[in-house]
Amino acid sequence: MPTDFKPGCVRPKSTLAAAAAPADTAVAVVKEEIHVAKVGGLAPDFELAGYQQGGFKNFRLSEYRGKWVVLCFYPGDFTFV
Amino acid sequence: MDTQVLSVSVDSIYVHKMWNDHELSKMVEGGVPFPMLSDAGGGVGSLYGVYDAASGVELRGRFIIDPDGIIQACEVLTPPVGRNVGETIRQIQAFQLVREAGGMAATPSGWLPGKTVLKPHPDLVGNVWQAWSVAED
Repeated sequence: MPTDFKPGCVRPKSTLAAAAAPADTAVAVVKEEIHVAKVGGLAPDFELAGYQQGGFKNFRLSEYRGKWVVLCFYPGDFTFV
Repeated sequence: MDTQVLSVSVDSIYVHKMWNDHELSKMVEGGVPFPMLSDAGGGVGSLYGVYDAASGVELRGRFIIDPDGIIQACEVLTPPVGRNVGETIRQIQAFQLVREAGGMAATPSGWLPGKTVLKPHPDLVGNVWQAWSVAED
């Protein structure tokens, strides 16, 4: 479930799945952990702060396992299309 | 369809709220229903190959992810051209059909719900012309 996000002046940090790797993990293993998106491959996991229906929360992609997801990137709010 | 939409840009969550409140809620009744995520710095966009460091923003990348977390499709457009939501829905319907068939189905080009679905089988090799017509595309 998305966790509550307490809005403040500090920008929320995004969490990439790879960041969860133990600090003493060998470099080679870490490289393998940071995998980029590829069609037919596992979608890289992440956690980001978000706005939804009046509230701020942290959302993690892997929380939606078991559902179909459409992940849409776009250049910016208030852009025209 | 039962599909979760997540939108991502480099804007802050506060700007997301302002965009929803001041513009999008005037286009969509009740405002944006799905989470609008903030990827400040483009870290996630970089992982998905859609962050353009030169302009500091993300391209119009769209990824269809199945219930196992596997990316089944992607489309990436440069900023000035908007997406075709109908095509995204069509692709989701096709991927859902294939998944429900346990991989024993394939949707030909231009497939829409109700149209011919092919069942890959040794007997179909060289005989697609009998099972499906170009006019259906």
